[in-house]
Amino acid sequence: MTTEDMSQYPLRLEGDNIPMVRFANVRKSYGALTVLDHLNLDIDMGEMVTIIGPSGSGKTTVLRMLMTLETINGGVIYVDGEPLTHMEKNGVLVPANPAHIRRIRSKIGMCFQHFNLFPHMTALQNCMEGPVQVLGMSKKEAEERSLELLDMVGMADKANQYPSRLSGGQQQRVAIARALAMRPKVMLFDEVTSALDPEVIGEVTNVIRKLVDAHSLTMLMVTHQMGFARDISDRVCFFHSGVIAEQGSPAELFGNPQNERTKQFLNAVLESN
Amino acid sequence: MSYIEFLQDYGGRMVDGSLITLVQFVLATVVSVLVALTFGLMRLASNPAVKGFATVYVEIFRGTSLLVQLFWIFFVLPLFGITMDKFTAGFIAVGLNMGAYGAELVRGAILAVPKGQWEAAKAINMTPAQRMRRIILPQALVIMLPPWGNLVIEILKGTALVALISVTDLMFQARQINISTFLSVQTFGTALIIYYVFARFCVTPFMRAVERRMAFKIGRA
Ligand SMILES: Nc1ncnc2c1ncn2[C@@H]1O[C@H](COP(=O)(O)OP(=O)(O)OP(=O)(O)O)[C@@H](O)[C@H]1O
Ligand SMILES: [Mg+2]
Repeated sequence: MTTEDMSQYPLRLEGDNIPMVRFANVRKSYGALTVLDHLNLDIDMGEMVTIIGPSGSGKTTVLRMLMTLETINGGVIYVDGEPLTHMEKNGVLVPANPAHIRRIRSKIGMCFQHFNLFPHMTALQNCMEGPVQVLGMSKKEAEERSLELLDMVGMADKANQYPSRLSGGQQQRVAIARALAMRPKVMLFDEVTSALDPEVIGEVTNVIRKLVDAHSLTMLMVTHQMGFARDISDRVCFFHSGVIAEQGSPAELFGNPQNERTKQFLNAVLESN
Repeated sequence: MSYIEFLQDYGGRMVDGSLITLVQFVLATVVSVLVALTFGLMRLASNPAVKGFATVYVEIFRGTSLLVQLFWIFFVLPLFGITMDKFTAGFIAVGLNMGAYGAELVRGAILAVPKGQWEAAKAINMTPAQRMRRIILPQALVIMLPPWGNLVIEILKGTALVALISVTDLMFQARQINISTFLSVQTFGTALIIYYVFARFCVTPFMRAVERRMAFKIGRA
């Protein structure tokens, strides 16, 4: 990162049509292994972008970098016009300090493959934890907001259950409510149905459909469910060894893929189903 | 002298000693919990100086004998201007020593909390302190309670050493009685039974109850 000329990156994005999320030349490596190579990706406000691709192509890494669970080795990520990974100092971008990261991170929420609910808290307490502890909301207000969201995901009747008493699909719906309780502008979903039994996948995808229909959130989703991706995405990105090999509308990408790798991948997925 | 007569003559002193042992045990446990939490967390700090200091502490207190530490605190520290009465020196020494073992339990339990819990806490934008206090420590507590059950018994046994700096605990009384009566079987037999009953029928059930309560609170019961 130190060798990079940071003056090529604007201190903030300006203009009429700034994207909600911008990856600008983002690089990520683990030791000698380059996982993402000069990733450039804009996600518009309210857009639902799906990432597909073979295992190990860097899909999860994209989400984890945006959630600040991973640091980046080059480039800049912008959220809502402001740099996330960097901050301004004397007119240039320098790596962000924790306070800056926390301020920008408040705009992002994430759901994980394995739910990661807090096991020592009920469904309701899971949802209230962030609003009360982080946003400083009153318990009463946080409870109202949380119950509303639990109702939206169809979990109001299980509000007082501990996660260990809930099925995978139920836990994932609570996890979605927990993330939404923080009122993020961007929601990240990393294979949220992969750990679920086939018969409960629908209850989670239906919740995500509802969010798409509401049009208020910007979403970035990694999934192996091609049918679902085709149904709900505004745009699909096919990742292959750390780069976007092809992207386009679901109709274009699934109906008429141009890239050889995309064709191979889609054929392989079709055959396995 | 029958055993009944022995108890009539010396039971009172045994009870007095047992009460001192009980207080030493409780205070040493409090000290070791505080020490364990402090040094266990410091061992996980990213600052190398903080981490290094905690590592040296744990190494020294685990790597040398409790008896030597007790003598250091009571006989050597005064030469450096730190003076404690024997009662304080007793439970402090046991607490500092056992706390070093406890620190490793705290550290191990924190590391055993799944990585996803840290990440979920970060994803709702908690500060590092909030993550530790609200999310990680409550789960680590449940993980570390069973090994703490063993450590607490070790603390109880460790307090017997404070007799060697003349704290009038159960062991001290037993030795005094033995010196004046030569009834070793009765005196040390009684002491043995008291320690065992206390460990087996008071401390262990108490720790089990705490474990069950914690497991229930975390929704796993
Ligand atoms: N912490 C890590 N240390 C080293 N290598 C890692 C680490 N995390 C991920 N990788 C590597 O980075 C590459 C991309 O991983 P990533 O998890 O983003 O893939 P993915 O596209 O999400 O795959 P999958 O479909 O299997 O989830 C892989 O080669 C992986 O082995
Ligand atoms: Mg992945």
